[in-house]
Amino acid sequence: MRTIRFILQKEFIQIFRDKSMIPIIFVIPVVQLLILSFTATFEIKNTRLIIWDQSRTIDSRSLISKFDRSPFFSLEAYVETYEQGIEWLKKGKADQLLILDPSFATDLQMGEKGKVMLVTDAINGSAASLMNAYAMSILTDYNKQLLVAKYPLAKTAEPVELRSSHWYNPELDYKTYMVPGILVLLVTIIGMFLSGMNIVKEKELGTIEQINVTPIKKYQFMIGKLLPFWIIALFELAIGLVVARLVFGIPILGSVPLLFGVASVYLLVILGFGLLISTLTDTMQQAMFISWFFMVIFILLSGLFTPVESMPQWAQQLNLINPIAYFIRINRMIMLKGSAFGDFANTFYALVLYATSILTLAVWRYRKVS
Amino acid sequence: MKGFVLKEFLHIFRDRRTMLILFGMPIVQVLLFGFAITNEINNAQIAILDESKDEMTLAITDKILSSGYFHLASVLTDRNQIEPAFREGVIKEVVIFEPNFSQRFGKENQAHMQIITDASDPNTANLLYNYTNAIIRDYTSKSTQLATPPIQIGIETTMQYNPELKGVFMFVPGTITILLMLISAMMTSISIAREKELGTLEVLLVSPLKPWQIIIGKVIPYILLSFINAVIILVLAYSVFAMPVRGSLVLLLLESILFIVMALSLGIFISTVSKTQQQAMMLSMFVLMLPTILLSGFIFPIENMPLPLQIISNINPSRWFIIIIKNIMLKGLGFGYFWKETLILVAMALFFVAMSVKKFNIRLSK
Repeated sequence: MRTIRFILQKEFIQIFRDKSMIPIIFVIPVVQLLILSFTATFEIKNTRLIIWDQSRTIDSRSLISKFDRSPFFSLEAYVETYEQGIEWLKKGKADQLLILDPSFATDLQMGEKGKVMLVTDAINGSAASLMNAYAMSILTDYNKQLLVAKYPLAKTAEPVELRSSHWYNPELDYKTYMVPGILVLLVTIIGMFLSGMNIVKEKELGTIEQINVTPIKKYQFMIGKLLPFWIIALFELAIGLVVARLVFGIPILGSVPLLFGVASVYLLVILGFGLLISTLTDTMQQAMFISWFFMVIFILLSGLFTPVESMPQWAQQLNLINPIAYFIRINRMIMLKGSAFGDFANTFYALVLYATSILTLAVWRYRKVS
Repeated sequence: MKGFVLKEFLHIFRDRRTMLILFGMPIVQVLLFGFAITNEINNAQIAILDESKDEMTLAITDKILSSGYFHLASVLTDRNQIEPAFREGVIKEVVIFEPNFSQRFGKENQAHMQIITDASDPNTANLLYNYTNAIIRDYTSKSTQLATPPIQIGIETTMQYNPELKGVFMFVPGTITILLMLISAMMTSISIAREKELGTLEVLLVSPLKPWQIIIGKVIPYILLSFINAVIILVLAYSVFAMPVRGSLVLLLLESILFIVMALSLGIFISTVSKTQQQAMMLSMFVLMLPTILLSGFIFPIENMPLPLQIISNINPSRWFIIIIKNIMLKGLGFGYFWKETLILVAMALFFVAMSVKKFNIRLSK
């Protein structure tokens, strides 16, 4: 026990001696959480619309004013030709071009279809389909209005009334979803990179030889390397939770001790991963690249940005070895839905198993001889 | 000078593991992005609570399940089961039919359904609700025998540049940017910081080589590496995902080189301000990686962010480079459309070079 205490002391001194690392460890993640949570949104609040109105009638203007009043659209300009409109799209100054046929009003009066064309910049496919859906809903609305005016007696009410309720996040606020995920991400980056760089740093600077000739046992050395980062990362999580609660007003519905319990097991996996990488590499650059490689894959597959259910089967199976996916899922469940331990017991046991095997592997791989 | 560049090359290529990752990474990432990362919904797990169980509710259920978007995970019998089902986290949506559904539909022409979504993921919740809504509307409009009045407006939609709404169109430019940024900025900053930490930089400085020669020598191998990587990604995007290069390929490659040079000078700048490898690494990780992913318009459109962040994103070089790539590859535009973005990148590169030279000289005079 005493040996471990000395190693711990050494590690802490080493971490905090480097004054410039302290803001990197504690301040930057919080700033990132604050900034990034606001950026990560798929909501389309403001489609920049331009209009080529060839009809110029009361009818066309009443349709246009519907777009103008909608909170989803901002009317940027009127154009005179099709080429002009496309030019706006090319320059990236507009997202959507609405074209009204010259005979729009006369067609409507003759009882024919008034023609409307929508051109959407679709490089971002999912945003484009949303913008299109908003435009369509305005057009159908207008259509309905025309129908009511024309056939006052026709039944336009829908025979099935659909009520919707969005649980856990009634206003569909994207931040509520992203903050718990980004929180996991930051804790992971800190944990994985600090631990991943640690042993390899001693290797590169040659100080590991000095430790190797001392009577310290393998496991003592490993515990000494793990514990400091484990404590730092948990501390970081606590700061992050406070920020989430106070700044973003995210309700933490579940039990906080439970969250920390899961987090402490999860961190063992991440730190184990870092240590394993550390024992397998010779230079910090290598260690960093390998950590980065796995991090990017883990993050993208974890369901942080895109839903896991939509991924192909093989990608979902890859997630079985993805610790980030496990913890993001549990974290969102606890924070947003107030899930209890019973709701994710299996996932938790998987994490425990993961932690045990990866730590065993790391201790086994670490050789006291170089 | 030639010998020095050669030495740097050997240094980098000797490290097999790093090499493997450097060239393996773009391939794995592009494939992952192309195949796995999608915002579309398919096979969402839903539950159905049918308090009516008549032919009409069964028909609607059938319609919903055969659409391909949904997969029936469980059949509920009681409203109290909804909450636990959501808490387990598998089910994303519950569809509820009220009792005597088809009777009320026939007699009163007003039947009720309820859709509850797990909106802890708001994007998916919204999409699921819209899909379900569309399916039900489609069903009712077909089953009502009333002569529905004709539709008054004919709408024609065009999806410009990406008619099939492919996700890769969005992700490939972003992936190129991330990888170039990573390889160029992170690798240089760390390798120079490493020489500092190990003390070998001093050895170089007392050699007859001039400081700028040392820097150039360090940078050349990375320019080559990054460039090869950019080409690999482009070839993959073109051959596997049929992503077009509608504009000039030469221009695209030239702009890539400009971005690489900018990233390298940023990397050198980071290495001059940090004392240890670890510092350089953490700085590039936090200052470069997450903003490059999130503040560049790679995944999330910049126009939807709060105004202060939109302003901050202006100092993010990746943002400008992504616009350039999209303009060339997808819109097929000429230089006239993005000379401003190019100019911004040039200015940033010059700025970082100037800052690093200043820092570097101070170091020497000490």
